[in-house]
Amino acid sequence: MEFFRFKRDIPFMSWGKYTTTISLATFIVAVFFLVTKGLNLGVDFTGGTVMEVGYTQAADLNRVRGTLAKIGMSDASVQNFGTSRDVLIRLSTKPEISSAKLSEIVMTALRQDDSTVEMRRVEFVGPQVGEELVENGALALLVVSLGIIAYLAFRFEWKFGVAAIIANLHDVVIILGFFAFFQWEFSLTVLAAVLAILGYSVNESVVVFDRIRENFRKMRKTSVAQVINNAITRTMSRTIITHGCTQMAVCSMLFFGGEALHYFALALTIGILFGIYSAVLVASPIVMLLGVSREDLVRVEKKDKEAEALP
Amino acid sequence: MNQYPLWKYLIVLVSVLLGLVYALPNFYGRSPAVQILPLRTTVKADAVLLARVEDTLRKDNISTRGMFLEAGGIKVRFADTDTQLRAKDMLQSALGNGYVVALNLLSDSPQWLTDIGALPMYLGLDLRGGVHFLLQVDMKGALSKSLDRYSADMRASLREQKIRYKGLDREGSQIIVKFRDAESRASASDVINKNYDDLSLREQDVEDEFHLAVVLKQEALIRMQDSAVQQNIITLRNRVNELGVAEPIIQQAGADRVVVQLPGVQDTAKAKDILGRTATLELRMVDEEHDVSSALRGQGHIGSELYTERGGGPLLVKKRVMLTGERITDAQPGFDNNNQPAVHITLDSNGTRIFKQLTRNNVGKRMAILLIEKNQKEVITAPVIREEIGGGRVQITGNMTIEEARDISLLLRAGALAAPMDIIEERTVGPSLGAENIASGFNSVLFGFAAIAIFMTAYYLIFGFISVTALSVNLLLLVGLLSILQATLTLPGMAAIALTLGMAIDANVLINERIRDELRNGVSPQAAINAGYERAFGTIVDANITTLIAGLALFAFGSGSVKGFAVVLCLGILTSMFSAVMVSRAIVNLLYGKRRKLVHVPIGQVWKPASDKR
Repeated sequence: MEFFRFKRDIPFMSWGKYTTTISLATFIVAVFFLVTKGLNLGVDFTGGTVMEVGYTQAADLNRVRGTLAKIGMSDASVQNFGTSRDVLIRLSTKPEISSAKLSEIVMTALRQDDSTVEMRRVEFVGPQVGEELVENGALALLVVSLGIIAYLAFRFEWKFGVAAIIANLHDVVIILGFFAFFQWEFSLTVLAAVLAILGYSVNESVVVFDRIRENFRKMRKTSVAQVINNAITRTMSRTIITHGCTQMAVCSMLFFGGEALHYFALALTIGILFGIYSAVLVASPIVMLLGVSREDLVRVEKKDKEAEALP
Repeated sequence: MNQYPLWKYLIVLVSVLLGLVYALPNFYGRSPAVQILPLRTTVKADAVLLARVEDTLRKDNISTRGMFLEAGGIKVRFADTDTQLRAKDMLQSALGNGYVVALNLLSDSPQWLTDIGALPMYLGLDLRGGVHFLLQVDMKGALSKSLDRYSADMRASLREQKIRYKGLDREGSQIIVKFRDAESRASASDVINKNYDDLSLREQDVEDEFHLAVVLKQEALIRMQDSAVQQNIITLRNRVNELGVAEPIIQQAGADRVVVQLPGVQDTAKAKDILGRTATLELRMVDEEHDVSSALRGQGHIGSELYTERGGGPLLVKKRVMLTGERITDAQPGFDNNNQPAVHITLDSNGTRIFKQLTRNNVGKRMAILLIEKNQKEVITAPVIREEIGGGRVQITGNMTIEEARDISLLLRAGALAAPMDIIEERTVGPSLGAENIASGFNSVLFGFAAIAIFMTAYYLIFGFISVTALSVNLLLLVGLLSILQATLTLPGMAAIALTLGMAIDANVLINERIRDELRNGVSPQAAINAGYERAFGTIVDANITTLIAGLALFAFGSGSVKGFAVVLCLGILTSMFSAVMVSRAIVNLLYGKRRKLVHVPIGQVWKPASDKR
């Protein structure tokens, strides 16, 4: 089986202007949604209480809302979660009642209304801890970006490092844009998925860059654009197959992972799909834009000759 | 060219075997069990206890699936959770309050595996069900309590020394003492400096008054914070034992926080209630006038209560409380004049005064020191008052080992200075959700693996099959590594396993595509295989390192379940690099390396474009 029968190199770089414009446009749209609609931050970041309760039959959400209003929590958000029998209740922080007691009060009230209700999960995050998690999340993002730029600058050249990070941060912003648009819950696990995608998408760029470097060495008389075209064409099959395999694993998570992993898997899916796009059609044009040339990689060649002597 | 030296094959073989052995415990199920531990650390579980447990269970016809004695206690396995619960109730009532009878889920893996340290993976709370709390010491509350005590003491001291002051009040985090003239202030400074090591003074001249600003020294503050956390940890540990939790985790997390994890706890309301309590201390006189034996028979005296002295017999203690634990400012373990373990207690000025009076009036009589936790009171010790004690320092000796002295000191400080703790984070997962999560995680990994396996074999034929074999070795090594390290496995962690599979296959795809490329260019089969592995290696390393950077950052900045995800991601990258490159190469070399005339590489269709101008 061979899915990718390329007779000629596909002239990706000549589409450079179009692809970059499209990327820029999607980027701006994503930012627009982020700013206007904002992310639906999970309780991990905002602080507050989340309770997941299960009923033996389809739950009557209005009744639950009524019960909660009776105990003074009319501002609670009540939704179905996964199946119709599971209900997710979100409560904001109430300074008067100790948080530990809050979930007990709610459970008692719900049990009085329907004794078959089962407490499946409670999460309470104090506001201070919520702030810390936001800070740590932002720090993690920064550290990963800088680490990747540093590593790629070391392995290839700074232009590649910068190009890879711009392309992949573009992915991250697109994922966030999707989450803002659809108002999917952005929790700590989703942030973990986003960071994992950042690391993973850079893989793609690395594979292409590696090929570019090899081509620079082999194809001495060809222009930069053609070198890059060839590199992308040759690695296209590998890019699509790998992304396909990873996506199969993620689909498995989407179907079997249950509610807990649902948004996590969604973030991964968007990241993988846009990852292909950005690696092929964003990272390389940026590299070209930054004016890469064979000379940039010549000194790296020397380092690499030693590296290739090893097994 | 495609030959591996023998030692490389051995490395592969050894790692696969190790992975297999250490991953094995995970495939045995778990059975409901009961764990019996003595409450006090000085008493050990022994064969006598084992016999008692056996008898109790036999009497009620409760059948067990195995019972054994370990250093940590006695473990008994049952066939199902109903029997388990029945057994727990039976044993708790038979053995009484001196023992903890906890519910637990024990792995069914055979003893020989456990002996070599092969344990199943440590499941996080979202897979096991249970409660997780993060508590923070309310330092402001502790500080204000402490300053209040110092205020009262200083007032008394100054009065004793006949130093006049205009006012002494707490303002925020300092105490302001106002004087009419500089002399009084100077003598007050002397007195305070002499008697209070932990305070630092600063003179302030405000309008026409002479002020003295008193604050707690920085080291004293840090010490207070530290000891507040430590006290609470000890107290929490004792509390948690009452709940009957098998493997609780109570640890300091940062300068002023404590994390408490109680796996398998069903009744979270009770857990929260118990965590919020504190212990107090009471000092009372022993009732030596009335007869202990008549009290034992039920004809007690109205003004007294019957208690059992720790390590001794029954004791009749008067009901009137002479001194409470709030008067204790410090309690330290140490030794008395006979080199016996003792607890040295310091009282505040009021307490000193009361105690001085008490001891003066009751020389030769016994006093009882009671520790009150929940609604249980226990007489720790009942020493004879030998003389009037005026210095506010009390020594408790007799009936204790040095560990007990340490414990009691901590408990006294806990009861006396209980620094209030707030719950700032709570995550509770019910048991049914825990089991569901395990199923979700497992299925994701299984079906992900299956899908990838089918595709790879169909697309790359035998080389695809080799890649899948390497992938399964990867999975085995990952599970084995997680089991050896006893890293916490969470639901995102299982997702990371599925993700690792998807990413690990990348390496093999790179290699296979490269081999196809070389074959397309007309390179000979053996050379193509070699070139494929050689050229792809650098790319694989680069690609994996970037994901590793992301994983490490997540590990450093993440918490709880995200940390679980990061650990699996990082370990998965390492195992995948090893298995994709070394293991698959070993298999390929074994199968094809020695064939001189390898004509066809079974790597699927190598499509050659009609005009090949490379």
